[in-house]
Formats: sequence, structure tokens, C-alpha cells
Amino acid sequence: MTKNLHLTVGLAGAGWHPAAWREPGARPGELLTARWWIDQVVEAQEAVIDLVTIEDALALQSSDPDGPDDRTDATRGYLDAIVLAARIAPATRGIGIAPVVTTTLTEPFHVSTQIATIDYVSDGRAAWLARVASSHWEAAHAGRRGLPSREVLRAEGAEHVEVVRRLWDSWEEGAEIRDAERHRFVDRSKLHHIDFDGERFRIRGPSITPRPPQGQPVVLATEPGLGADLVLEDLVVFLDDDEGGAVGRRDRLDALHPLGPGVDVFTGTPSGLADVLEERPPTRLLPAAIPHDLRAITRGVVPELQSRGRVPRSYAAGTLRERLGLGAATNRYAA
Amino acid sequence: MNERQIHLAAHFPGVNNTTVWSDPASGSHIDFASFVHLAQTAERAKFDFFFLAEGLSLREHAGHVHDLDVVGRPESFTILAALAAVTERIGLMATLTATYHEPYELARALGTLDHLSDGRAGWNLVTSTDALTGRNFSRGGYLDYGDRYVRGRELLESATQLWHSWAPGDLVADPATGRFLARPDAGAFAFHGEQVDIEGRFTLPRSPQGRPVVIQAGDSADGREFAAEHADGIFTRHGGLEDGRAFYADVKSRMQAYGREPEELLILPGVTFVLGDTDEEAREQAEIVRRQQVSGPTAMVFLEQLWNRDLSEYDPDGPLPDIDPIEGESTIAPGSIPARSFTGRRQATADEWRAEATAEDLSIRDLMVRRAARQTFVGSAATIADQLDLHVQTHACDGFILVPHITPAGLDRFADEVVPLLQERGSFRTEYEGTTLREHLGLARPWPGAG
Repeated sequence: MTKNLHLTVGLAGAGWHPAAWREPGARPGELLTARWWIDQVVEAQEAVIDLVTIEDALALQSSDPDGPDDRTDATRGYLDAIVLAARIAPATRGIGIAPVVTTTLTEPFHVSTQIATIDYVSDGRAAWLARVASSHWEAAHAGRRGLPSREVLRAEGAEHVEVVRRLWDSWEEGAEIRDAERHRFVDRSKLHHIDFDGERFRIRGPSITPRPPQGQPVVLATEPGLGADLVLEDLVVFLDDDEGGAVGRRDRLDALHPLGPGVDVFTGTPSGLADVLEERPPTRLLPAAIPHDLRAITRGVVPELQSRGRVPRSYAAGTLRERLGLGAATNRYAA
Repeated sequence: MNERQIHLAAHFPGVNNTTVWSDPASGSHIDFASFVHLAQTAERAKFDFFFLAEGLSLREHAGHVHDLDVVGRPESFTILAALAAVTERIGLMATLTATYHEPYELARALGTLDHLSDGRAGWNLVTSTDALTGRNFSRGGYLDYGDRYVRGRELLESATQLWHSWAPGDLVADPATGRFLARPDAGAFAFHGEQVDIEGRFTLPRSPQGRPVVIQAGDSADGREFAAEHADGIFTRHGGLEDGRAFYADVKSRMQAYGREPEELLILPGVTFVLGDTDEEAREQAEIVRRQQVSGPTAMVFLEQLWNRDLSEYDPDGPLPDIDPIEGESTIAPGSIPARSFTGRRQATADEWRAEATAEDLSIRDLMVRRAARQTFVGSAATIADQLDLHVQTHACDGFILVPHITPAGLDRFADEVVPLLQERGSFRTEYEGTTLREHLGLARPWPGAG
């Protein structure tokens, strides 16, 4: 028997192509509304997609890696992905929700309690896509100047992830005892200082938030070296029922605004993509245009993979961690 | 209709001894269902907003996690965002300390909540200073008193600039013309201060309220002045009639210097209540609640916050200690605001307490119940409605942030019994008239755009 594939879809505004907002069916005036985002996540949920990521950065989108561009014809603007993930969670079921949050410009204490809280409000469906930010102009927004090398930033990122994970473990299960006789709300022996002492972070703990339902919410990354549970390779997809249609659509969008270098792209049919996914390492599918390419995934690729027996037709019980086959998270501090 | 309308907010029970977790009716402080219950109860009663406090470290006493009160909480802002999904009109406000949040991140979180709740976001700005909390953050340490207000001011000013960095028409998104932005530099900002030094482009287009509602907690002269200039409201401890009137008059009189009208800032004391079928029953219940809030061990913790030394040899049901306090900075509870507040007057306060206890034959616990239990309004629904209305109609405040002592159902009776009486008097709305929190609070004008 072949193993189940796990499907992750990256959501970003009107899609990953900068001109996607001009496509028929796009709702570019609604990209900042809860309704738009919930509609897309529910579309993915109805196809039993395992996870969606919610794209974010502390800088506007730009065609120039070194700073903002002056274009007025491409999608610009981000909502805060953590707040958005929490807003989506009560309106959805089954599907994992992963905000993209940088390790370079945030405090791990905040990230740890925020992701833990999303795990509570979603009943164990929280994940986090940890992202290393390496642009100086993004860092300047957070008041950080003189960024070190990408290698150092990755090491900082690994420290950040480690602090977040320790904080999740800093409350053992059952720490809250509510012993009215002895006037004790918690069993102090089940709360732990994490005493992390690294190059960038020195954090004491414990967390303010009890251990979340998954124990360890799922940590994702798109590069190795951060201590993630899953490393995903990104793939932008243009999908149509015939390959020529997909190629034509891509050419039309690229003529308006090139997609830019450095991204893997699949242009073809849903069943063609299904073939590719059966062979590829774990992938994050990035629909070039939303809703078009998202629907081609949910209504084309997924049924194809279901008929091949590679993905389930409904969500299995349990937490996101369990559905992804990551196993129970043991607590490093438990006796 | 009465001339002055009451504003009401619901404070989720806090991580302190006001909250009675030992009561059989007390539910989870963590499960989302508890937050939903209180927020929906408050919305059913047409409250202005729901409120969450913030705490970024576990409280400690004598070198250990303080375990007599509720311990632990979810992250407030994430909870508010989730509550936006299960409520429609009520404002959603949380405390965020200026000390451990950065302006870009904070302005984005508040602005995003404002977008995703259709204009219901609010921020209670505090400037904390606490060595324990500093150890959970990379910036570490803490700010001394003067720097705290510099930071608070710069954080608010820079966040306000970020919120206004997109003009209302900057997001065009018109596929027909291919124009997404009205201008190439939408979101441009630059703020160069002592504590905040940032520039670039903000990622978030203008939100429904422009600037989310900002209230400030802090009763000091600096806090009052800051609020008079910058805030939409003050979360104050002055919940009494006389002290409330004095505070109210003082703060409102400071506003003129900044070209603001008195009704552009609301005075909202945090208050508790004990509601009974009759006044007498409420008084009896209040006495029970007071002793739940101040158990023997809790009384000893309060005493040690003043004495600043181990008093575990003493009996809470016995007389006050004959040994004297240790003067100076608090070493027994370094993160505790009450413990710090006694610095410099420990001996004098201890003498006063001993005299009071001796004169009235009070045990340690009796005295601490009297000193530490917070109960503002006690009575039948009619009595409490009378008192609340009196405070507002006679300018002791503009409304109240109600702090129930039971989670999550502690507001249910208030919503069912007191609110209808306030509505009958014409002092409280029967339906929401506006959609945004600014509108609920009667803050007619949007906050002026930053220059």
C-alpha cells in the first residue's frame, strides 16, 4: 500500500502571480476581508486539504528584492497572518492553519503564545510556517539594522524555533489542578523555566499559556536548518483542463507583470500535477491565481489523487499533528 | 432618555485574587468556549466592548510561581481575533504593553483586527516595568519610570502614523484600468524618536476606524496628561463617587490645552459587583465572596508584600506580626505592583495596619479582607442600577469596565437583571446604533490623521 500524500496549499491575496488580481473571478477589492479568506480556506477544507499557509511579511510585496518598487499595478498589502489565522479558525473545521511568521523580527515568547492560542481556538489545528527574513528594508520596519549573513539569520531562526518549542513544553499536561482544599490552582512542579541561553535569545519562561492541545503545534519551513517538523518545497501552479490553456494563461499574466526568477513553476493539467506530486518531496502548492488555480487543485487535482487512493476523502479524527503522521509530541520536561 | 448615556464593558476575569476559581461555578480560563460565553453575553446586553488584560510572565512570590490565584492565560489579541468570528457588533479590546511590543507589529495586529471585525478594535495602552517579564524577551531588562512614558508616547505616535500611512482611497484594485494602488508610495512612513526609530512602507491599508480606539491605564499625573492629549479613554481605579468626580474633573480639564472637547475622552473605572435578590442577600453574598477572594494563604501573601519578608511562621487567623518590615525595594515579590507600591513607607504602613487591627480586634485575614477585597457595587439589581446611573449622571465617570468574579458566567445575571433597568431609565442603549467601536463610544469624529 502506498502512503498517503499530504497536501499543503499556500494562500496569498489574489494568488502568487502579481497580476492575478486582474483575472476574471478575482475579488481584488475584498482581499482585506474575513469573508474572502474564509471562502478560500473553506474551498480547501471541502477538498480535505491538510494545511493552508497564510502568507505574510513585514514589508510590502515588491519586484525588487532590495526595496519597494514603484509599481501601482500589482497586488500590494498584507494582513497580519496570526490575527487572520485566529479569525479564520472558528469558521473552519478539520483543516490545519499555518500563519507565516518571521523568526528574524519577532519575539519567540509572543509567537509561542500566539500559535498556542490558535491551537486552542481551532481545537488542535495550528501550525506555523517559520520564515527567515533577510532583507534590510524589511528589518528596518521592525527597527533592526545591520542584518547579519543569511547563514547567521538561519541559526537565529533555529534558536527562535527552539525557544518557541520549549515554551510550549514549559507547562506539563495536568499542571492546572484547582486544589481548593490546599488553595493551589496549579502544581508548581509541572511548570518549568526553559532557561534558554543562545547567541540571539536568552529567555527564561515558563510560558503564560498552558501546553496547547497538540502539545507541539506543527512547525513548517521552506528551507532546512530551522528545526521544523516538515520542510516543504514551493511550487507555483497554473492549472487548466488542457495544457495549452494553462500555458496561454501564464503567458497572458506574465505579459502584464513577469512572475520573477527563482520559483519552481508547474504549468499544465490537474492530472499532470497529480502525477508530479506522487513523485515529489513534500510540496507547498502555490496557486498562481485565486480562485482559479485553487479550484483546479480542490476540484481537479484532489479528486484525481482520491481516485488513485493517495489522499483521504474526509478528515480523520484527531489533531493536525496526528493527521500528518508526526506522532505524539512528548514533553521534554515531563518526568 | 437621560442626558448622559452609560458605557459598559465586560472584563474577562483576571489573573488575580478578584477571580474566585474555587467556586464550583468557575469554569476554564483557557478554553475558547469561556471567552465566547462572556463576549456573547456582553453583546446580547449591548455592551460597548469586551476586554482582556495582558500578562507576559507568570507572577512570582518568594521565588516561586504564585499559585493561589488563577495561573495562565491564552494570548489576548489572538483570542480577540477569534471572537470577531463569533460576535457581530461588540468592540474587542485588549491591553498591549508598550514595553514589549514593537510599533510595526502592534499597529499591524490592531489594524488587522479592525479590518477583520469591521471596525471594532481597541487597545489599552500600558507601559509596564517588571524585571521578571524582561527575562522572557530578547530586549531584556526594563525601562525606568521616565523612559516608560517616552516609550508609551512614541509607540502611540508611531503606530498612529502607521495607521494613517495609507489614505482612504489608496487601495483602488480596479481590474478594468489595471490600477491596484492610487499612488506608488502608499504606506510610506518615517518615525525617528528616542525609543522608536523606524521607516519604510506599512503593509496594511487604512482600516475602518482609521485609528482603532485607544484607552490608557494609569492614574498618575503623567498618565492623566498623556490621556488628555492622546487617548479616547482612561481605564482607572477611581470607582467611587467622590474620588471619581475629582478624577473626572481633573482629567477633563486637562483636555482643553490640547484643543479637545471633554466628550472626546471617556473615564471608565474598573469595578466589581455582587448582585442579590435583595440588598441584604447581596451583602451576605458579598461577605462570602470577600473571604473566597482573600483566603488565609492569600492574606499572608498580601502581608508579605508589605513586610517584604517571610512570615510563614504567623497564623492568618492570629494577630499581625510583631516583627517589623524590611524597608526598600521589594525582594519577596519583584514583579508585583502592590509590593513595589509600598516601597519607602513599609514601616509607616505596618504601624497603621497594626493600630487598626488592635483597635478593632482583627486577625491578619480580617484586615486583609478589608484592605484587599475589591467590591464596588453590592445590592439588588435596582440598587446597582441606581448607583451606576448616579455615578454617570453626576460626572463621576462615563461608564464602567465590569469585572465579574466568576468565569465565564459571572456577567449573566447582570445582563439579565441590571441592564434592562438601565434601559428603562433611558440611560443605556436597547440596540446598537453604529457598527464601529468608536460609534458605540460616541466618539463622533475619527481621530485626526497624523501629519
